[in-house]
Amino acid sequence: MSQAVSTAEDYLAAQRLANLPAVGTAWLDIRRNQARSLLEGVGLPTPRQEDWKYTNIRPITRSTFDPVSGSSGWNDQDFLESIQLPGLNSYRLVFADGILVRELSSCDGLPAGVTIASVAEILRADSAKLENLLGSALPTSPHGFTAMNSSFIADGAYLDIGPGIVLDKPVELVFICACAGEDRLGMPRNLIVGRPGSHASVIERYLSVVEARSLTNAVSEVILEEDAQLTHQRITDESSRSFHVGGLFARLGGDSRLDACSITLGGSLVRNDVLVNLDASGATVDLAGLYLARGRCHIDNHTHVVHNSPSARSRELYKGILNDRSRAVFHGRITVQAGAQQTDSEQNNQNLLLSREAEVDTKPQLEIYADDVKCSHGATVGQLDEMAVLYLRSRGIGESQARGILTHAFAGEILERIELDNLRLHLDHCVSHRLSSVERVVS
Amino acid sequence: MLNVENLNVAVADEPILKGLSLQVNAGEVHAIMGPNGSGKSTLANVIAGREGYEITSGSVVFEGQNLLELAPEDRARQGIFLAFQYPVEIPGVNNVYMLKAAVNAIRKHRGDEELDAIDFLKLVREKLKLVEMKEEFLHRPVNVGFSGGEKKRNEILQMALLEPRLAMLDETDSGLDIDALKVVASGVNGLRGKDRAIVLVTHYQRLLDFIVPDHVHVLAGGRVLKSGGKELALELEERGYGWVEQSVSPSAETAL
Ligand SMILES: Nc1ncnc2c1ncn2[C@@H]1O[C@H](COP(=O)(O)OP(=O)(O)OP(=O)(O)O)[C@@H](O)[C@H]1O
Ligand SMILES: [Mg+2]
Repeated sequence: MSQAVSTAEDYLAAQRLANLPAVGTAWLDIRRNQARSLLEGVGLPTPRQEDWKYTNIRPITRSTFDPVSGSSGWNDQDFLESIQLPGLNSYRLVFADGILVRELSSCDGLPAGVTIASVAEILRADSAKLENLLGSALPTSPHGFTAMNSSFIADGAYLDIGPGIVLDKPVELVFICACAGEDRLGMPRNLIVGRPGSHASVIERYLSVVEARSLTNAVSEVILEEDAQLTHQRITDESSRSFHVGGLFARLGGDSRLDACSITLGGSLVRNDVLVNLDASGATVDLAGLYLARGRCHIDNHTHVVHNSPSARSRELYKGILNDRSRAVFHGRITVQAGAQQTDSEQNNQNLLLSREAEVDTKPQLEIYADDVKCSHGATVGQLDEMAVLYLRSRGIGESQARGILTHAFAGEILERIELDNLRLHLDHCVSHRLSSVERVVS
Repeated sequence: MLNVENLNVAVADEPILKGLSLQVNAGEVHAIMGPNGSGKSTLANVIAGREGYEITSGSVVFEGQNLLELAPEDRARQGIFLAFQYPVEIPGVNNVYMLKAAVNAIRKHRGDEELDAIDFLKLVREKLKLVEMKEEFLHRPVNVGFSGGEKKRNEILQMALLEPRLAMLDETDSGLDIDALKVVASGVNGLRGKDRAIVLVTHYQRLLDFIVPDHVHVLAGGRVLKSGGKELALELEERGYGWVEQSVSPSAETAL
C-alpha cells in the first residue's frame, strides 16, 4: 500500500487544469491567483501552525482528493426526498459536490428584490455584481484550505436579500457529497448579503449519499449591512468516513444582527472556522454550537469574534458531547480593538465527556485593547451529574435512559434556540437517536 | 414488609450505621427521629439504593427480596420511594417529562400499558390538585428555581403519581409553612392503606399531629436506641434526646 501524502502542490496543479467559470474576468483572475499564492506560501495546515496544534490533518493528506469544478450529472430525486425536513417549506438550492443541481432546486415565488442563485451562473452572466463582495469577509491570513477554496470558486449559493425585505421562508442550501468511493473534493463557495433592514434565515446542510470517503472544503461569507438580520444554521452530518473543513466568515454593519448556530453530528474529521467582524456600533452576534463526537472522530471548532467598533455585543455558547475515543477542540478567540469601548462580550464552552477515552482541548483567548469593556469567558469539561442520575433512577427510570435524558438536556440548551420548529424537531430527533443509549462511565 | 437487620454502613471507612435493626409491616406508619448526624438519611438512602455507602454487614429485605442487590431503579419498580431531604435540580429536563418517564417505567415493569401524553396529563392534573401545585410547575425544569417548599411538594407529587408500597419521607416537613405541611400530610394520608407502609424521618411532632404514627423510633449513634408508640414523639419534643441516650447507655455522651 502506498501511503501517498498529498500537498498543496497537488491542489495547485489540479486548479490549473480545472475548468472554472468566468476565467478571463480580470478581477476574478487576480483573486484566484492571489489565493494560489497564499496556498503556495502557507501550504496545507500542519500541527506546527498554532491554529492547528490539536488537529492533525494527516487522515486527509493520506489521499489526494479530486476537486470538482463541474456538474457530474447526479440528480437523485429519491435521495433528496429521503432527507427532506418534514413540514419545512423553504426556498432550496441543492449542490452535488459543490456544484448546483438545478433540477433539484426550487425557489418558486421568490419576492422581488431577493436573489437566490448559483455563484457560477452569476460569475458567467454578471460577474461585476460580486466583485466588491466575494472575499470581502475572509480573514486577512486564511489557512490553506480557505485559500484553496478561494483559488477555485467553482460554484456555491449567492443570496442577496434586498433592503427592508423580510423573507417569508427560510433558504435551505443542501450540500451533498454525491459520489461514492471516488475521493471527491467539493468546494462550495457561498455568499450571503443582507441589505439594510432585511431579515432572513438560512440553513446550510452538509450530507452524504453513502458511507464513502470524501472531503468538503466549504466557505460561506456573510455580509450584513445596517439593521440587517440573519439567522444562520449550519448542520454537518456527513458520512462517518468524511472529512469536512468549513468556514463562516462574516462582517456586520451598524445595528445588524447575526444568530449563527453550528451543529456537527457526523464526520470523521471536522474543522469549522468562524470569523465575525463587528464593524459598526450596535452590531450583535450570537454564536451557538453543538457537537456530538463518537467513535474515533475529531471535531474542531475555531471561532474568532472581532470587536472593531464601540458598543457591539457578542455572545457565544458552544457545547460538546463526546463519547468513545472521540476528540474535540474548541478555540474561542475574542479581540477587542483599540477604541471599541462599551464592548459587551461573553463566551462559554461546555463539554460533557461520556467516556474515559474521550478528550477535549478547550482554549479561550481574549485580546483586549480597549479599557471600557465587559468581557467574560468560561470553559468546563465534565461528566453527568451523578446525583441527578440517581434521582431519576430512584423514580424507576433505567440507568441508560436516565443518562440519555440528562445528556439530551445538555444538548437541549442549544437546540431550543432554533426557531424553525420543523428543523428543531428534526435535530432533536437526530440527537436523541444518537444518544439513545449512553452507558455509564466508570471513573 | 421491610426488614432491616443488624445493618452496618460506613462512608469513607467511617462507620455511620452500627447494627441498626428495624421492622416495618404493611399498613403501618413509622416515624424515625433522632439528633442531627445520627444516620437517618443514611438509612433512607441505603434503602433507596443511593451509591457511595459501604455496607459492611447486615441485611435489608423487602417482601422477601434482598434489596441490597437491586439497582435503585429496580427498587423503585418494586415500590420503594424516597422523598429526598435535598431534592436535586435538573436543568434542561422538564418536570412533566421526568414524571411521565418515571410513571411509564414503573407501569411497564408492572405489565401495564404505558400512558400516552393525553392520559398522562389527565393523571398528573389530578395529582397536582392533591398537592395544590400550579400546572406551570410541570413545564419548568425539575426543581430548578423551586422554593424549598415547592421542591418538597414536587416530591409528594412524584409519590402520589408512583403510588409506592413503601414511602420514605426524609424531613419532607422541614421548612414548610402550615398550609404546605397539611398538603404533605394529606398526600401521605391519601396513600395510607393496608398494603402500604410509610416511614417518616422528622424532627418535629408537628407533622405527627397530622400523620399519626403507629411506631416512633429514636435513632442515635447509628442505632435505634428506643422505640415506642406515638407518645414517644411527644416525650422527645418535651425532653430532647439526651435522656434517651443516657437511659440506654449511661456512658454515652449527651448529644443535645
Ligand atoms: N457521603 C458522605 N460523606 C461523608 N460523611 C457522610 C456522608 N454521608 C453521611 N455522612 C455522615 O454520616 C453521618 C450521618 O449522616 P446523615 O445524613 O445520615 O444524618 P441525619 O441523621 O440524616 O442528620 P440530619 O438530621 O441532620 O438530616 C453524619 O455525620 C454525616 O456527616
Ligand atoms: Mg438527614
